[in-house]
Amino acid sequence: MTKINDFVVKFANVNGSGSASANLLFAKSLFRMGLGVVAKNIFPSNIQGLPTWYEVRITHPSRRARRDGVDVMVAMNPQSYTQDLADIVPGGYLIYDSSLPRLFPREDITVLGIPIAQMCAEVYDSSRERQLFKNVVYVGALIALLDLDFKVVKQAVRDRFKGKARLVEANIEALKMGRDYAREHFTCPLPVRVKPGKVDKDRIMITGNEAAALGCVYAGATVAAWYPITPSTSLAEAFERHAGRLRLDKDGKRRVAVIQAEDELAAIGIVIGAGWNGARAFTATSGPGISLMTEFLGLAYFAELPLVLFNIQRGGPSTGMPTRTQQSDITACAYASHGDTKHVLLFPGDPKECFELAADAFDLAERLQTPVIVMSDLDIGMNDWICDPLEWDDSRVHDRGKVLDAEALDRCQEFRRYGDVDGDAIPYRTLPGTHPTKGAFFTRGSSHDSFAQYIEDGALNAKNLDRLTRKFATAAKLMPKPVIRNTSRTSKLGIINFGSTEAGVREAGDLLAADGYKLNTMRLRAFPFGKEVAKFAARHERIFVVEQNRDGQMRSLLINEAGIPPHKLVPVLNYDGMPLTAQWIKTNIEALIETGKPVAAALQLSAQAM
Amino acid sequence: MTYMKKPKVRHPGLRKNTQGMTRRDYEGLVSTLCAGCGHDSISAAIIEACFDLDFPAHRLAKLSGIGCSSKTPNYFLNRSHGFNSVHGRMPSVATGANLANRDLIYLGVSGDGDTASIGLGQFCHIIRRRVNMTYIVENNGTYGLTKGQFSPTSDRVSKSKKGEANLFEAIDLCTLAINLGAGFVARGFSGDKDHLVPLIKAAFSYNGFAFIDVISPCVTFNDHEDSTKSYDYVRAHNAAMDHLDLVPEREEIIAQTEQGKTTDVRMHDGSLMRIHRLDDAYDPRDAESALSILRKRHAKGQVVTGLLYIDEEDVDMHELLGITKQPLNAVPMRDLCPGNAELVKFNKSLR
Repeated sequence: MTKINDFVVKFANVNGSGSASANLLFAKSLFRMGLGVVAKNIFPSNIQGLPTWYEVRITHPSRRARRDGVDVMVAMNPQSYTQDLADIVPGGYLIYDSSLPRLFPREDITVLGIPIAQMCAEVYDSSRERQLFKNVVYVGALIALLDLDFKVVKQAVRDRFKGKARLVEANIEALKMGRDYAREHFTCPLPVRVKPGKVDKDRIMITGNEAAALGCVYAGATVAAWYPITPSTSLAEAFERHAGRLRLDKDGKRRVAVIQAEDELAAIGIVIGAGWNGARAFTATSGPGISLMTEFLGLAYFAELPLVLFNIQRGGPSTGMPTRTQQSDITACAYASHGDTKHVLLFPGDPKECFELAADAFDLAERLQTPVIVMSDLDIGMNDWICDPLEWDDSRVHDRGKVLDAEALDRCQEFRRYGDVDGDAIPYRTLPGTHPTKGAFFTRGSSHDSFAQYIEDGALNAKNLDRLTRKFATAAKLMPKPVIRNTSRTSKLGIINFGSTEAGVREAGDLLAADGYKLNTMRLRAFPFGKEVAKFAARHERIFVVEQNRDGQMRSLLINEAGIPPHKLVPVLNYDGMPLTAQWIKTNIEALIETGKPVAAALQLSAQAM
Repeated sequence: MTYMKKPKVRHPGLRKNTQGMTRRDYEGLVSTLCAGCGHDSISAAIIEACFDLDFPAHRLAKLSGIGCSSKTPNYFLNRSHGFNSVHGRMPSVATGANLANRDLIYLGVSGDGDTASIGLGQFCHIIRRRVNMTYIVENNGTYGLTKGQFSPTSDRVSKSKKGEANLFEAIDLCTLAINLGAGFVARGFSGDKDHLVPLIKAAFSYNGFAFIDVISPCVTFNDHEDSTKSYDYVRAHNAAMDHLDLVPEREEIIAQTEQGKTTDVRMHDGSLMRIHRLDDAYDPRDAESALSILRKRHAKGQVVTGLLYIDEEDVDMHELLGITKQPLNAVPMRDLCPGNAELVKFNKSLR
């Protein structure tokens, strides 16, 4: 069966064998040929030895979701042969290292053996080289088998190893070795192959964590404190790399401080101290780190201190699946900490939005004097996505919020740290060291009056809590708007989703439309919800809430905070840790539409469909 | 009212420092601690030190954790911004504040529970990071606000007010601080203000992390006969190692002292610290000797006070991290945001 520009290649490797760079070279070359590339790294929580996969869906450039079913499996790991063999669709191909030939018990696929280890053993002296170049050899074979443009691949190698001529040459030689073997032994290209597409010179390939880190640089963040945890580590590391490059004064000193803290408690404590003192500061973490940070989040909420926190969500609960994706910290973050607390959440849908919402997060945090949590996930954060280019409007003015300087304090009759002067419930703050006699106050997490003095007067405390409620209402007006796509004015069916599920939901919408189901969609981008959310709910009778957690956490938030009747919100839940496919979403929503099952049954159905 | 402002009384005769401020200008609210609490004496010593050092009060930031000790920043330096953070986490908040603005003076106030128990990890790491600040532990060996439980600095031989025995070894914060490489480590006694004030002044003048463990009796829960943190016990067993004189740069040093009994240390701010040594075995520039004295004297039931250790070469966190001289919170956005042209270049590298 001929499949041009519409198939899935999966690489099954051993973790730590150097395959990542070769696999990325493959994906990048396809991207540069103008094809849609959806690349997912499916990796273990391990340094060396366990199975790891890299999945590349080649598709139309408008598609961004993964797809089940493997057309071409490059099986380089005998440990996972059984599973890898099972993943191949009928009519598909298995490429394996035939240095140790074996029989694969499937009649409906084509097995292509390449004695990769033997070939490398003949050419390379060191064991390290023999191992590393095996990966390059199979990419070489794919050039011939899938009809990749060798010129494009060679250029990608040159760019990858810029200034290291010897490495460039060695890699190209290894590619040729694989390509020539395939040409000599198989009919090339295969019916499954690529055809160069229309190259969009603007588009980029980037991970969400790198984009978010750049967003922090552009937002003017000067203090970052973090503790290593998958899948957020690469955000902090990218920030250090970019800020270290872009933020040097004339003496080569840094206009940034990055601290690898002793734990997540210290990380957020450092960020709070820096924010209190007028620097833009952030931390990045994942679920277990969020749990540790909750006490401090309550302090920042109640003492009204700005901070930006990136939560790159992974599979929970507890240590969970550290290297798989989920959206299961929604309620934990929305209400993080004891007492009545609520936090501003932002939900980027792809890496470009990670950049944009990262920058917005700092403006919102300082405007609202409160924590802003950017809810990314492992899929967006760590996988390379094809996006529109990052852009910065040079006329943009960073919103530093309500901070009184010495002159303003001189004009000020009476400074109330927690007063509501403007009617938006956002108070004015001062920074330490501003004025010799005015504006000093004592920041505290204990109950306080509008002068920041400690109180045990219940009515006064309630008054302050009420102001914080009003401040949250102000926040709702400042949040990024949801993205609404109306396919039908009359349809009473809708979808609500957020974050990385966007890729799958968008494609699923087309699949559903092809089956005659017209659903309007609303992608949430922030909490608290703006009035658009209730409006969208009001004009639909059944709304499928697609999310990657077991308990329908966003659905709960919509019921609690937007007042949407529970019977309208049908949960569509997936929590197997893999990025959603359009097919899965479509199948589940269709089943729910057709059976017309009430919500309770839908929860059941969703669980069974896993 | 759960707080009391001090009445404004004019004292035209009060001495002014070079800031044109009187001692009253460094005070805070009326203390709500128990009458006779050692912590109030420490607050008074801090006020005196800041007055003597001519600090512009608003250029100092005072931070604390949770507990009786951590309430005290409310009772001094009303013109300074304060931050009463969460239990045991003052070090991280102070680190962040210091990163944001290296030009302010930082004072952290904590207690023995706040630092040696829940906050032990953060205490260790702020030492490692060489945060330029003065860190005072008001050490009373007990949890006062929760009514008299043992703290981790309670000596093993010490008994609770109810007569219960303490089963576990004490953590000696000075020993710990020296072992972790703190550049300035001292112990004071809240009942000896003449000794304490120069220690606090020296700590403020030190460029790097300066730690003072101040034994500060809890009059309500830990001032009884079988306690090793009572006023009587500490007075009877105080082994003072030194007496300090901090001489500002502008004043000529004229005091003559007995040869071999003084150590002079030039401080970062240009002032000179003269240490009058009261014990022959003691050399404040030798960490080994400090550790040895602490261990031996503790075994004898003594409380060693004084500047125990000073590293004259200490550097602060900003130097280690290679951070610009300008406070980070004052760097203008034009120097922080690289602009779209840089992004266009970066986009190209992602194709």
